[in-house]
Amino acid sequence: MILNYSQPLELSKLTSWIDTALQSALPGFWVLFIELLLVGIALLAAYAVIAIILIYVERKVTAFFQARVGPNRVGKYGIFQTIADVLKILIKEIIQINRVDKFLFFTAPFFMVVASMLTFGVIPFGQGLQAIDFNIGVLYVTAVSSLGIIGVLLAGWSSNNKYSMIGAMRSGAQFVSYELSAGFALMTMVVLSGTMQLGEMVETQRYCWNIFNGHLASLVAFVIYLISGHAETNRGPFDLPEAESELTAGYHTEYSGLQFGFFYLAEYLNMFIIAAIAATVFLGGWMPVQIWGWDAFNQLMWYIPSYVWFFGKVGVLIFFSLWVRWSFPRLRIDQLLNLEWKYLLPINLVNILIMVLIVLSGLTLTDIFGK
Amino acid sequence: MRSFPQYFSDLFGGIRSLLTGLSVTWMELWTKKVTQQYPENRKTLVISDRFRAELSMPHDDNNEHACTACGICQMNCPNGTIRVISRTLETDDGKKKRELDRYIYDLGTCTFCNLCVISCPSDAIKFTNNFENATFTRSKLVQQLNKEGSKLRAKKPVAKAE
Repeated sequence: MILNYSQPLELSKLTSWIDTALQSALPGFWVLFIELLLVGIALLAAYAVIAIILIYVERKVTAFFQARVGPNRVGKYGIFQTIADVLKILIKEIIQINRVDKFLFFTAPFFMVVASMLTFGVIPFGQGLQAIDFNIGVLYVTAVSSLGIIGVLLAGWSSNNKYSMIGAMRSGAQFVSYELSAGFALMTMVVLSGTMQLGEMVETQRYCWNIFNGHLASLVAFVIYLISGHAETNRGPFDLPEAESELTAGYHTEYSGLQFGFFYLAEYLNMFIIAAIAATVFLGGWMPVQIWGWDAFNQLMWYIPSYVWFFGKVGVLIFFSLWVRWSFPRLRIDQLLNLEWKYLLPINLVNILIMVLIVLSGLTLTDIFGK
Repeated sequence: MRSFPQYFSDLFGGIRSLLTGLSVTWMELWTKKVTQQYPENRKTLVISDRFRAELSMPHDDNNEHACTACGICQMNCPNGTIRVISRTLETDDGKKKRELDRYIYDLGTCTFCNLCVISCPSDAIKFTNNFENATFTRSKLVQQLNKEGSKLRAKKPVAKAE
């Protein structure tokens, strides 16, 4: 049932206006071509803008956690600091390293960027703001985000540097392990929602977010997804691949200039992607807070556009990720793998079983209270 | 092999300690920022009294200092930073008396060890907080600490009366 609320600020109005304008002026093929082009440009622009904002936010929040003030010289409150940094990194020299595997060395950063870029295609940024709504969106996300590890491994392998190699190998072990947990956590949610389509998943969470819907099992899945998400993005207490005290900078030791920038960019975007997927799957995505029967309240919530809701939820999760990063000490590699294989994975397997039982016996919150 | 209850107590103990850590950093997030915005807050900047930035020789209102040119500071200085140049004067009653001519202090070689101040028998020198010591040439680091035309402070009147 789709209720008709007035949504004055939705971007989907703009996109459908563009679509009708193009339809009336051009033949079908060109409409498709131009629209694909526009979507591509919009996503690339979003990619760059989100990265710049994230870097600024991280530096500020980090500073606040350490009782500092953070960047505050370039522009008011240092808001142009990241832009200055981007310009600097663009004009920096890319240093040629002797005896590296040239082809792989230059390919590796692109793998990282492309892997995170591809994920952008299915993230629902707002109502109607989704490039493509697959019926297997969750599967696609997990598959595509796993590509990033190839970039890391290639970078470590081709750098002709033992630190890079060790860092990349650690990263590989870490990534493969935690991908399992992340996949299981998402699978728990797929069981709960009964769909793998991200758009539909958001729609099913209209009155009850998935994190509450499956009682404790959902919450456990959420926590596990966040932990393994942090581990996958090589951040927080899991940044072993670039443990600077042991490995200088891990897999990107030999990279400089724009190539290093790509790794840096991909790291921040991966953080965003993990938060975005978590927000979509567990916290209702772009769906505003809706309460069954409170029509006036629901209408009020719809006045806030859906993309604001989405970025708000993502922002909270990203803040949490930074909070975790500056709270916990870095794990040792054996502790890291212990955590995954001896704790998260068994918990996850039991958790998915419990979730299946909850769903089959009709005990989810939506089942109990009947929509 | 650890026991099964041990596994769970470890797990929940770990979660509790992580939450404690999170609460500590959460409190830290809202504490006052300690960064000194240095060039802007020059007027209100507070430097610790014991901070040793630059050697100085305090002069009183009559342009008098307490240095007797004994040279103990020069001997105690491990780096040869201090040079005490004295001149000999003949007083009215025919005695020869040593007096400070120039007190040369080379900031560039000083390690701020404080040995000169500790060893000075007449408390004539001390370290000040004036830390803005950057100059464009090294020669400007070599300073003369006694002011032009200054002279040794006379012994206290109490001592004279005895």
